[in-house]
This record gives sequence, structure tokens and C-alpha cells, in this order.
Amino acid sequence: MLVLGMDTSSPAVSVAVVELLPGPTWGRSARWRVVDGGKHGELLATGIASVLREVAARPADLGAVAVGLGPGPFTGLRVGVMTAAATADALGIPVYGVCSLDAVTDWEEHDTPRLVVTDARRKEVYWAEYAADDERVAGPSVMRPDALKAALDETGWTGRVVGAGAQLHGFAGAGEPLHPDAEQVVLLAARRALDGAPGEVLTPLYLRRPDATPPGQPKRATP
Amino acid sequence: MRSPSSEPLVLGIETSCDETGVGVVRGHELLADEVASSVDEHARFGGVVPEVASRAHLEAMVPTVHRALATAGVRLTDLDAVAVTAGPGLAGALLVGVAAAKAYSLALGVPLYGVNHLASHVAVDVLEHGPLPEPAVAMLVSGGHSSLLLVPDLTRELVPLGQTVDDAAGEAFDKVARLLGLGFPGGPVVDRLARDGDPAAIAFPRAMPGSYDVSFSGLKTAVARWVEAHEGAVPVADVCASFQEAVVDVLTAKAVRACREHGVDHLLLGGGVAANSRLRALAQERCDAAGVVLRVPRPGLCTDNGAMVAALGARLVDAGVAPSALDLPADSALDVTEVMAR
Repeated sequence: MLVLGMDTSSPAVSVAVVELLPGPTWGRSARWRVVDGGKHGELLATGIASVLREVAARPADLGAVAVGLGPGPFTGLRVGVMTAAATADALGIPVYGVCSLDAVTDWEEHDTPRLVVTDARRKEVYWAEYAADDERVAGPSVMRPDALKAALDETGWTGRVVGAGAQLHGFAGAGEPLHPDAEQVVLLAARRALDGAPGEVLTPLYLRRPDATPPGQPKRATP
Repeated sequence: MRSPSSEPLVLGIETSCDETGVGVVRGHELLADEVASSVDEHARFGGVVPEVASRAHLEAMVPTVHRALATAGVRLTDLDAVAVTAGPGLAGALLVGVAAAKAYSLALGVPLYGVNHLASHVAVDVLEHGPLPEPAVAMLVSGGHSSLLLVPDLTRELVPLGQTVDDAAGEAFDKVARLLGLGFPGGPVVDRLARDGDPAAIAFPRAMPGSYDVSFSGLKTAVARWVEAHEGAVPVADVCASFQEAVVDVLTAKAVRACREHGVDHLLLGGGVAANSRLRALAQERCDAAGVVLRVPRPGLCTDNGAMVAALGARLVDAGVAPSALDLPADSALDVTEVMAR
């Protein structure tokens, strides 16, 4: 089954198409990524067309869509979530959401716990903690980096720290990968896709309420 | 592919402000016009909150598309093109619609048309009254815009004649409603209350005579000062009627003058404020006197909707205009002269 994955929850616009097979191997695959903070809306559809071309597939050949639901800056995040939902709807195929922080990982085996820290802007970070077997054991949450560092010190954290937020805020030992990866997004949804699980109504992981306050009394116009 | 003889079936998506609009149009025929509004979520903030609107668009999009398809009795695979508002409007809100439109276009293998919100407000009238003779003059008035346009050929260009130098007309209604404690949005309630008031009770100012531009900020302040200086119970109906009269007097006078000075005999009103009953009545009166044919879509097509986007899309398909590229940007400040974004 050919599955399209995408993530726009970070400065990276990441797209992948992976042919999932029932066994532990894959068939065709292609990845496309551009790191350009403000252009998610322009770039994403181009990336989808590009990966499909690379594996010589038409949109109608897709069997499922997977997308990172964040957390991440809202405007860019919505581009991926909306695109995934509309693509799946147009093709009549299921769409699956995953936590984007789960997709900030690589192929190497580390056998150590992992902390993912990404940039939440406004002097805050999004974070999640993973056990050595990759299971998420805390988060996703949003927090001030100082508070997160203090918590790490307190618990004597010895695992890896990855993600662009860790690098930006000078976390000790901060390493790669920096951003969610769409191929990982596909693999995180692979079980559901292969089992033919029903698709879901996508709800972004905003973790913050809209920034708005009801107005007070109108100002007087008479001096 | 559609057969050459049939009219193009176009899906239109509009998310420039707080309405998630999805329309289906075949040529000049309106098949569906579905709108999911988040206006109630904005009311307690006294205006549209962009982040609230953007979240609501994302939630509403796919269900609204399906309501529109069901109403139209067509399937996604029947579509010949997808049109979407590319700007101007709220950046984050526009992006949701543009992302959806690109995804439908790419997945269905049909062309994408990223269009100007203001041009769509002009195009929508074709669905009710047939093709608009060109050149025409269009007065588009809403909470976000107050534009006087010359329309030589809607598939090619819009020529701006004038616009607001400060508040949009709809914004003035909202602000006056707020200072009178009438809630948000202000247009419908002011219109309703004004029916029981005297439009000549208070002489509010008419700004910028002689120009095609308009200004409503001073008018709003004049209303606020009058209300603050008034002793005793404020005659709300008279204030509403007199304020509204000042707005529509200026708008209609300039629109009719633009027709006369450009030798144009068709005037089109559009935008949410064109739902105002006094604006429609005074425009009709002055157009009749000037020998100008007035065209105003019904109120539901004046406010933001997807059918207007589909109508413009169908017109562009018919005219053989090249579609937008997949890297089409959402442009919150798309220039009024650009019928399409590229």
C-alpha cells in the first residue's frame, strides 16, 4: 500500500511516500524536504507532486495519508493538516494523524531514552519524552526552556536530547535530528494503514488557546 | 475531461475572513452555496480573531465541501476545476482554504484557480442576473473593504478608482454598534434599528467630497462625540439612522458619479454592507435618476461565500485563462488590480 506522509509543524516542510508491504520490508519510497520557515503554504503541494513523480505514482494510487498533528506553530501546522485531510477526502482514502514530536527520530538504534524539544516561539518549547523502546512516556507539552532544563537536572537525565528547540535554547548535548520527518510519520501510522483502520477527523495539537481577550469599554472620543 | 460543449463545473472555496464558504457552480448556474460561519465565536471579542477563524476553517472545510456537493448533486470526480480565494484577507485564514484547494486540485487532477476576493464579489452577480455588461462600475463594501472599481473585463483586470483611507464601511458599522452597546457584528442591528429612526435627525459629516476615496473614521468619532455629549437617554434609532444615512449617502453618490464620469451604465454593489437595506434603496433611487442599471445580488451572495469564487473560476475557465501553479501563495495583501494570484 502506497502511503503519503507529510509534516509542516516545524520550519521544515517534509513529504514522503512509502510503499508499505505486509512484511518488515518496504517497496518504493521517496522523500522531499525544504527548510524554509515561512513558505509551507507555497511548498507543500509541490513536494507532494514531486514525491509522487519520483515513485511514478498517481494520486489515485495512494491507499492512505498520514500527517503530523503538531505541536508546532499554528499557521504552518494547519497547512499540512488541511492538505492531508483534503487529499484523503478527494481520494476517498483514510487519513491518520500522529504526534509530530514522535517523528523527530532517526534510523539508528540508540537504546537510550530520548527527549524531543522543538521551538514553540514566545520563549517556550514543545517537548515530549520517550523510553528506550521509543514509546512516548511524557508530553507533548509546552513549557519555558528553563523550567524544562531544571526538571532534567532534578531527575538526572542521561538520555539523548534532540530537536531544534534543544539546539536553539542551548540544552546540554543537544543533537540531531532537528525536525519531524514525513517518512517517520508514515511509519508511525503504518500499522493502522496496513490494518485498514478507519481514518480520523484530524485535530491539531495546538496546546495553546487562541491569543485573544475580550475588549474593555470603548475609549471616549471627547477630550 | 469535460466535453467542449458543456459548461465548466467548478468548486469554489472562500476562507479570507470568518466564513468558510464552499460553492458549486456550473457555468452561470448556482448549484450550491454552503457557508459555515465562526461569527458567534468572535462576538465576545468584538471583532474577528484571526486565530479563532483559522481554527474554525480547518474544522469546517471537509464537512462544508460535502454539504455543497450533496446540495449540488455532484461528486468530487465530476469537477472540472477548483477555485479558491488567494487574497486579500487574513493570512492564516487564507492559507487554510488555499491548502485545501491545492489538495483537491492535485488529488483530482483538475486545474486550480487562485482568485482575488474582490473580483469574486463582482463575479457572483452573474449567478442571479446573468452576465454583467462590461465595462461596469463596482462598489464593494464590507468589514474589510470599501472599494470603488472600474471593471473593463473581469477575466483580465480591475481598475481601482477609490477606496477607504481608514476604516472600511462595515468596520464603521461595527464600531458604532459597539459604542451604542449593540454587539457584533454591527451591520444588521444598525440597519434594523435605523428603520425606526430619522435619518435627518443628526447632521453627521460626509468626508472627502470630490474624491472617489472614502473615509469613515471621522464619522465614527463624530457619532461617539455626539453620544457622549448627549444628555439623557440616547435616541439609538435616530443615531443609527443618521449614521447609516451618512455612510450610504457618500457611497452611493460616489458610485453613481463614477458611472457618469466613466460613461458606464451598469453599477454593481457587493460585499457584506451591500446587504444593508438603506444602501440598496438609496442606490436604486440614485441609479434610476441617473439612468444607470443597478445590480445587487441577494444578501446571501453579498456576504462572503464560496459560490462567488466558483463563479469567477467558471468565468476564467470559460475565457481560457491559464490556471495557477501549485506553488500559488496565499497573499493577504493581493493587489486589487490582480484578478488572479500566480
